[in-house]
Amino acid sequence: MRRFLRPGHDPVRERLKRDLFQFNKTVEHGFPHQPSALGYSPFLRLMAIGTRSGAIKLYGAPGVEFMGLHEENNTVMQIHFIPDQCQLVTLLDDNSLHLWSLKQQGGASELREEHRFTLKGPPGSPPSATQVTAVLPHSSREVLYLGTESGSVFVVELPLLRVLEDRTISPEAVLQRIPEDNCNRRSCELVEALQEHPKNPDQILIGYSRGLIVLWDLQDNKAAQHFLGSQQLENLYWQRDGSKFISCHYDGSYTQWPVSSDTRQSEPLENTVPYGPFPCKAISKIYWQTTKNGLPYIIFQGGMPRASYGDRHSISVIHGSQQTAFDFTSRVIDFFIIFSSDPAAEFDDPSALVALAEEELVVIDLKSAGWPAVQPPYLASLHCSAITCSHHVSNIPLKLWERIISAGSKQNIHYSSMPWPIDGGTNIAPDPPQRDLLLTGHEDGTVRFWDASGVCLHLLYKLSTVRVFLTDADPNDNMNTLGEDEWPPLRKVGTFDPYSDDPRLGIQKIYLCKYSGYLAVAGTAGQVLVMELNDEDAEHVVDHAEADLLQDQEGYRWKGHEKLKTRDGPVRFEAGFQPFVLVQCQPPAVVTSLALHSEWRLVAFGTSHGFGLFDHQQKRLVFVKCTLHPSDQLALEGPLSRVKSLKKSLRQSFRRIRRSRVSSRKRRGAGGNASEVQEANAKFDQDALQEMELAPVQRKIEARSAEDSFTGFVRTLYFADTFLRDSSRHCPSLWAGTNGGTVYAFCLRVPPAERRMDEPVRAEQAKEIQLMHRAPVVGILVLDGRSTPLPEPLEVAHDLSKSPDMQGSHQLLVVSEEQFKVFTLPKVSSKLKLKLTALEGCRVRKVTVANFGSCKTDDYSENDLAVLTNLGDIQIISLPFLKLQIRYPCIRKEDVSGIASCVFTKYGQGFYLISPSEFERFSLSTKWLVEPRCIVDMPEVTSNNHVHNKSGSENAARKS
Amino acid sequence: EFRRFSLERSKPGKFEEFYGLLQHVHKIPNVDVLVGYTDIHGDLLPINNDDNYHKAVSTANPLLRIFIQRKEDADYSAFGTDTMTRKKNVLSNVLRPDNHKKKPHIVISMPQDFRPVSSIIDVDILPETHRRVRLYKYGTDKPLGFYIRDGSSVRVTPHGLEKVPGIFISRLVPGGLAQSTGLLAVNDEVLEVNGIEVSGKSLDQVTDMMIANSRNLIITVRPANQRNNVVRNSRTSGSSGQSTESSLPSSTPNILGTLQGEEESDEEDIIIEDSGEPQQIPKAAPASESIESLSQIELLHESTQNGFLPSSEMNLNHSAGSVSMECEVPEQGRKSLEEDGTIITL
Repeated sequence: MRRFLRPGHDPVRERLKRDLFQFNKTVEHGFPHQPSALGYSPFLRLMAIGTRSGAIKLYGAPGVEFMGLHEENNTVMQIHFIPDQCQLVTLLDDNSLHLWSLKQQGGASELREEHRFTLKGPPGSPPSATQVTAVLPHSSREVLYLGTESGSVFVVELPLLRVLEDRTISPEAVLQRIPEDNCNRRSCELVEALQEHPKNPDQILIGYSRGLIVLWDLQDNKAAQHFLGSQQLENLYWQRDGSKFISCHYDGSYTQWPVSSDTRQSEPLENTVPYGPFPCKAISKIYWQTTKNGLPYIIFQGGMPRASYGDRHSISVIHGSQQTAFDFTSRVIDFFIIFSSDPAAEFDDPSALVALAEEELVVIDLKSAGWPAVQPPYLASLHCSAITCSHHVSNIPLKLWERIISAGSKQNIHYSSMPWPIDGGTNIAPDPPQRDLLLTGHEDGTVRFWDASGVCLHLLYKLSTVRVFLTDADPNDNMNTLGEDEWPPLRKVGTFDPYSDDPRLGIQKIYLCKYSGYLAVAGTAGQVLVMELNDEDAEHVVDHAEADLLQDQEGYRWKGHEKLKTRDGPVRFEAGFQPFVLVQCQPPAVVTSLALHSEWRLVAFGTSHGFGLFDHQQKRLVFVKCTLHPSDQLALEGPLSRVKSLKKSLRQSFRRIRRSRVSSRKRRGAGGNASEVQEANAKFDQDALQEMELAPVQRKIEARSAEDSFTGFVRTLYFADTFLRDSSRHCPSLWAGTNGGTVYAFCLRVPPAERRMDEPVRAEQAKEIQLMHRAPVVGILVLDGRSTPLPEPLEVAHDLSKSPDMQGSHQLLVVSEEQFKVFTLPKVSSKLKLKLTALEGCRVRKVTVANFGSCKTDDYSENDLAVLTNLGDIQIISLPFLKLQIRYPCIRKEDVSGIASCVFTKYGQGFYLISPSEFERFSLSTKWLVEPRCIVDMPEVTSNNHVHNKSGSENAARKS
Repeated sequence: EFRRFSLERSKPGKFEEFYGLLQHVHKIPNVDVLVGYTDIHGDLLPINNDDNYHKAVSTANPLLRIFIQRKEDADYSAFGTDTMTRKKNVLSNVLRPDNHKKKPHIVISMPQDFRPVSSIIDVDILPETHRRVRLYKYGTDKPLGFYIRDGSSVRVTPHGLEKVPGIFISRLVPGGLAQSTGLLAVNDEVLEVNGIEVSGKSLDQVTDMMIANSRNLIITVRPANQRNNVVRNSRTSGSSGQSTESSLPSSTPNILGTLQGEEESDEEDIIIEDSGEPQQIPKAAPASESIESLSQIELLHESTQNGFLPSSEMNLNHSAGSVSMECEVPEQGRKSLEEDGTIITL
């Protein structure tokens, strides 16, 4: 009778649900979308990145991550850490300042916004008077100096962010001290830079954009010295001992200035245009780093010759005769140098250059010869080529894991061996429970293997399928082979390369068997590659087979792209996954589904025309089945031009809905007295007018029919050893589901291992099920006699799963976009169904079986379906009774690409793209949760020796 | 009693001649009979004039199954949509004669000449400003043929009039099912789809719901034109220009009833075994525990049936006078109780 109870009536089940399910967005992996600011604390050894959407992210040692979001969602313009504090200040583009702190709570540190503040001028003053352009947190930790567009420098007290009006440094006060002949009111416009004297905290350097630089004495409240630059100023940097500083300028030059207490006005020591003599671009930031050997490092951003290299994004490093201009793949946002932070040290001795570009983070080792790049342990540019698909494999056996790492390490030999220099904070999260791989397929034909076990998504190995094919671009064509005396000495750094040579190379489907190391990868032009892991380099011929999916059909012409040309003869492959067979679908349409059975050595693939089965042991095509409806012209024409326009119209309608919903909500808030009603009515009319102006969005209501387009599109393929013909004998079978709601089942005969090479694999169609609602079939699953999903191939052989129950009767679960249906096997009769769309108006986008363990007891776990709908909701549905357990809103329904990119893990976690470069990780499970948990202790300021002792004892005190 | 004979497809002749022929081959020259045939969708449709007689002959493929009933014993309800698929229940009633209760029949009119394409249902429980329309998609080749759009409607709330987003019919396709019923019109506001309120749902959600239910779509609308509303005695006035309903009046049992009705005639999937003939997928035998609750549901169903006949009333072969010309082989595998799956999904 339990089945007939409405959900929520069983208190025991309700309690169990609380122990099993819980929704959390745990961590963002990848590179922040649209970074806009960079900050670094040499004291905490933490780096901060701000974005255009108002997020700030802090990174330290691997696993140490914090994230904060400004309520305003405005661009973060600047980030400054307060010296020797666990605090930082952000400046947004709405001119607001925000003070953030790292506070310890419950044994872990948290990033929290403490105060916000907007500088306000006297009434009637122009907004430029208070537009902040430069921020200087003073080493006293008591005040912030804010330079503004008007030339005034305001002083703000910390931590309350209150203006100390009497201490404002006005341009008038500055000009009093400067001889009038070289100076007028305009020379004090816009504070470009503020820098504190490294030795004397009572002096700060104020740089105005027109070139005037003033050394201001805070005690005497007067200019101690001034410097007249002839060029527009960009930035300033003090030499460590405070005897000199360096200024960089708009014309691509930098100038050294001596500082002494004797002279009121100094002349420059040296003025250089490093990439002259032709006009150069501005140098926007410069570092002057001293070393023991006397030769300084001069590191600056920009300054390239305007005409010939004006489009480059560069940071140059000059050290004696060595000079390199690091050439970035995207605009440089900012950079910093990691150098000796010990105030007692005599020299800077820089160790690393950390540069934040728009699309990636690049770290250069300045200590090793040749200045190699350091591979970051986090902030990976997932989108170095656009992600086209992803595949997650849980619980990788150690052996395979090590082999993948070893293959990857051979690819990374050009990286520096330097330990990661940004190492603040302590990761206190428990070790990840298992080894997980996330595989991403990319537009350029590569597959990247990421360590997705923990908080840091880390690249292990990169596989390229390009070598198998002949493409226009020669892979040996290297951009970096510049001659010795090339000027400027550009060197490409970074991996971001969004330009694909050939879109047909794009990876669409990936299937990895973690037990055998077989990998199947399928792409945009109907190519299916089967690969094997090889620990050595090898040169061999890739076998080639064609699968004509239109076999029985006549008179069709494929108007889409051609298949990729293959290389003749043997091809050299590096250690790692090496393709040994290529199956080419004809017509060469996008491969839409893929399944691999490593035990039977079979690979199944489907396109919009049909599906096929390939025996990769004998390298023989077993069969093909055309699923095309004769009237489906669109499927034949190739590139899905219609689909694009549909997407566009969808987007338009989403926009409309959002607008109408928002305006209605606003109206609901108002209401009450008459004037408000009037106001609402006026707005009402306005809205009505707006609505009329928009083209009416309407939706056609029509039953689906067999004649609809793309009904033959194969959405899912599934191998199962089950009872297909009679209940006494089970046999291998292949199941396929199409867009038109058809399920095909083929009975397979796989010869036993000893005759595997001698006898052919045979297949025979056993069943064809047509769902009358004709919705696309997105998932097929067979449940064994205990109603447990059948194990993966080789899972039982590796003792990682119980053998399936072959005594009781099996059941078939078919998931369409609209319904879940359970049928009996071998005689197909319908047993249960859950109608999703008819009742809720949402459609299934992704579905996976996930195992949920109880957080209370170790010995209870159950299998459920994790379902993502087109509204971005995640639902958990029980097996085998198809009861909705719980529902969580996860992704905005307007975020079509986020929903499309979602991938579930086998243990109730998941990933989806929140931007082209970032995965959000979420967890549905109470048991398996991967989230950052870290602690940042305040190091002792005066002596580094005490740091660890003190934090250790603090920890101990807190624990006790 | 079965007879088999041939007709010339190209020259079927007049209905009168055919009627005479039937009386002749069955040797019942003076008995008034009703003539019916099964069409390609498995529906029992009447033959009583030249037009439907010609239509029947043209659909023969190649056999035409004709059923003859004595007029006084005739079961008029047997005609119409879905009749032959429901007939399994009829057969089961025949197989279990103790179950079989003969109900007196009141003959009001001739059997339905046409398959229903739409109906207004639940008139008794809906406010007169609303209309619940059922569109029968199965068995016709006509497209549903309508479009919906976003819009806004005015509701009365405790705070006064308020504009809320709504879904409206924006277009009817000429010649489509929706237009041909005359029950739906442009600018009618859609309130419910198969018992589920649409308020708070997006246009795309409502579209998906309608398409998911497209084979048996029940939509509740507030017609833009309120002048044709049914005036009922229970209400003082029937035609207020603008609706003042602040919330939808449909109660939970009502929704249940609607869904029940929908499920009863829900489509069945088709299976082809070993490249054989397509067959409908039967429902798996219900677990024994579910039977008692089943009968309860059935009672509920009967009490709230929405103008269509429960299958148990149908009876084709009960009369000795009924004669059938082509043997109808009962499919033995069918289960008599069908509703097991439906309850579980509730």
